[in-house]
Amino acid sequence: MTDPVWPMLLGRFTWDSLPFVRAWHNPTTNELIAAAAGGIVVVSGIAVLVLITVLRRWRWLWTEWLTSLDHKKIGILYIVIALVMLARALVEANLMRLQQAVAVGNPGFVAPEHFAELFSTHGSIMIFFMAMPFLTGLINYLVPLQIGARDVAFPVLNAISLWLTAAGAALMMASLVIGRFSTGGWSGYPPFTEIGFNPGVGPDYWIWAVTLGSLASTMTGINIAVTIYKMRCPGMKLMRMPLFTWTSLCTAILMIFAMPPLTVATALLALDRYLGFHFFTNALGGNMMHYANLFWMFGHPEVYIVILPAFGIYSEVVSTFSSKELYGYKSLVIATMAIAVLSFTVWLHHFFTMGQSASINAAFGIATMAIGVPTGVKIYNWIWTMFRGEVRFTTPMIYALAFMMTFVLGGLTGIILAFPPLDYIVHNTLFLVAHFHNMLIPGTLYGLLAAYTFWFPKVFGYRLDERWGRISCLCWIVGFYLAFMPLYVLGASGMARRTQAVMETAYRPWLYMAEAGALILLCAFAALIVQLWVSIRRRGANDVFVGDPWDGRALEWSVSAPPPEFNFARLPHVDQAHWFYDAKRKYAPYAPPIAYHDIWMLRNSAVAPVIGIASGAATFGLVWHMWWLAIFGLIVIFAAVVARSFVRDTHRVIPASEVARIDESWREATARAQPVPREIETSPANQGLALVRS
Amino acid sequence: MSASETKHAGLNLGGTDAKTHAEAEHAIFGFWIFLMSDAVIFALLFATYGVMLPATAGGPTPTSVFKIGPTFAETLLLLTSSLTYGMASVAMKHGSPLGGIHRWLAVTLLLGLIFLAFEWHDFSDMFAQGAYPTRSGFLSAFFGLVPLHGLHVIAGIVWILVMMVQLRVFGLDARVKINLLRLGLFWHFLDIVWIAIFSTVYLPGLLP
Repeated sequence: MTDPVWPMLLGRFTWDSLPFVRAWHNPTTNELIAAAAGGIVVVSGIAVLVLITVLRRWRWLWTEWLTSLDHKKIGILYIVIALVMLARALVEANLMRLQQAVAVGNPGFVAPEHFAELFSTHGSIMIFFMAMPFLTGLINYLVPLQIGARDVAFPVLNAISLWLTAAGAALMMASLVIGRFSTGGWSGYPPFTEIGFNPGVGPDYWIWAVTLGSLASTMTGINIAVTIYKMRCPGMKLMRMPLFTWTSLCTAILMIFAMPPLTVATALLALDRYLGFHFFTNALGGNMMHYANLFWMFGHPEVYIVILPAFGIYSEVVSTFSSKELYGYKSLVIATMAIAVLSFTVWLHHFFTMGQSASINAAFGIATMAIGVPTGVKIYNWIWTMFRGEVRFTTPMIYALAFMMTFVLGGLTGIILAFPPLDYIVHNTLFLVAHFHNMLIPGTLYGLLAAYTFWFPKVFGYRLDERWGRISCLCWIVGFYLAFMPLYVLGASGMARRTQAVMETAYRPWLYMAEAGALILLCAFAALIVQLWVSIRRRGANDVFVGDPWDGRALEWSVSAPPPEFNFARLPHVDQAHWFYDAKRKYAPYAPPIAYHDIWMLRNSAVAPVIGIASGAATFGLVWHMWWLAIFGLIVIFAAVVARSFVRDTHRVIPASEVARIDESWREATARAQPVPREIETSPANQGLALVRS
Repeated sequence: MSASETKHAGLNLGGTDAKTHAEAEHAIFGFWIFLMSDAVIFALLFATYGVMLPATAGGPTPTSVFKIGPTFAETLLLLTSSLTYGMASVAMKHGSPLGGIHRWLAVTLLLGLIFLAFEWHDFSDMFAQGAYPTRSGFLSAFFGLVPLHGLHVIAGIVWILVMMVQLRVFGLDARVKINLLRLGLFWHFLDIVWIAIFSTVYLPGLLP
């Protein structure tokens, strides 16, 4: 069972690599859980394939989605990946909480190695394959619409980024079915992840999945930055851009500078593991502390990569649902830029205890506290935006309010951790785990879910069910407090993070409470699925084809829902920040253009799926030492890039008559629709046309 | 906006080809940003080299394995190749016959290949003295940095080959022109990285 099977072909694969075989030989709860997880991946994968075949949707899937270069479809696919991965990582979180709640004074039901795999996949997925694809999807969908462009600057590169992310996510899924994942946490610290301590496939899965995600994000950053700098419609000056676009720009800049350190860290670790280099080993001059520097030079800006877009989302949500202009727009822009710059000056606070001098720790501690200032500015901006506004407690607004309360709390514990002497005390305890969940759940997840609810009607043309939205939102809030407040107590009492079994019985009630919270978070996700299901069934009643259900401000609300492929029949010309909001009050925003013109759009291309599948295959080959597969994959990637450079017939034209037909049918719908006042905007009376009082 | 306005850093096509010039704006700007993130990768590898420099683990030291002669020759080769690529760029901009562009690209390609041959010779010399990457942290950092530049040169050479084929197939169409501009930035960027390698790896390494 432990001998390699056909090593030339399958590398280091043994029958024991399959969790099903392990569970057959050793049917403990631990192995059965692993086998069940692998089984779910295999069965649901087959179910999806069968479903597509039965519904005869392969051609549709290929031409409408997989090969499409439309930034809107790419954005949706990113978010689909994020939601699937969120489900998995959430289940893993529940398993860990359950294990710790059960394993007080006994070993529990999840073995130590398996527990370590769980926290490693949970962290890696939540950051690289949940938060990143989700926000990248939102940025992809919204930024071109908000700046009045027809697509991003480099649509093919955009599709390649999507497919590299998908390949990374597929690698994460493969690790459930074949082999084991890393036990080294989401940060993969050597020397523990070096070949000497971890000869298996686990760290290699981590290295390649993360590397694919990292390369994809670097390219996304380049793409979004160029789009925002160079593709804005006439009159859209930088200081007229919606705040979400501003935060997207800052996130893109952070990606360009912060993803390369991650690529370097994983690449050097790979050189150590594959070719016997000595970057981070114990012996022969390796320096594992250098890895900590490289990783957190990425890792800290990464925190802001995932939080800044949420700040943008909250800015849009709070201003829309208060019917007020954003308070202190300029200060918000400056604060966002300040955070982006400062985020590169604090990485060392992730390892105050590593042994550098007290003065170095003090400098980074002060920098860390300084970063709280621009963040505080933003909180005041949002509060003042609501002040004397016509505030409506819709689902996105509840997320925004919960964020403001919870995030400030997390920020305060962050200030505690920024003091090196205090950090020494709570370092590596659950206090830290509580702190960063306290930042990332309200600071990223709530924001992403608020965006999902807020822009869903724009993307699909009908509103989400409000009641289930609020139930889900409430569960996310209550679940968060129950799951993570006890961890502060536990951490302050000295409970180490990543503990598989607990000896101290006094911890038990807190662990029970945290487990209850984790279950409520699971219910929150279930409610989200129910909401989607209910909304799809009632989509007729909640139709908002006209496209402006919330009396929105930015340009994305000025087109139909869903927007046409070309976004704008005629590219807008704006003369102020809230051009559409103002136009609704002063002119006729739905007046047809004087003339329609032909629009050139990119043809579909198979190059991105080919590169994605080949890079998935190549990295899988590298993980399993199937060298033929790795080489074959790399050759295919190279050939695809060169072949694409020879394609000249890249565009197709949408004739003016077709543009006119699509645009006029939408304008007729706007003329037929009943304007809706704000008080009943969440009822079926909302057809996507805002009633304007001025 | 006049057609000859500078739209991006580096050689512009304004004044000779207004249409491609307009298209080049975001294409070239995007490539600059890509180079910037590539430069971050090199910067971190230089930092890594600095950190690992004392970690010779009783093995070969910089003074014992570096040679000034060949590395100086490599510097001259690469700098000259930048000049010849610049000639190709100017020929492309001013619409010279395709043969001229081809010849300058071929010279650049040849200089790049000779550079790689020299570098390969350096590395095999080091191997022969027992200076291979698995020997120490210092050598790991050296072989993490310098051959990555070499790999970039190989990528540049393959790119030149592809562009020579595209010149034959498509002539000087807009995409060929834009890609030649990008390739130029890439090739000159490799020069800058090499100058950094020569002056922070080889020269200080040879000080007694």
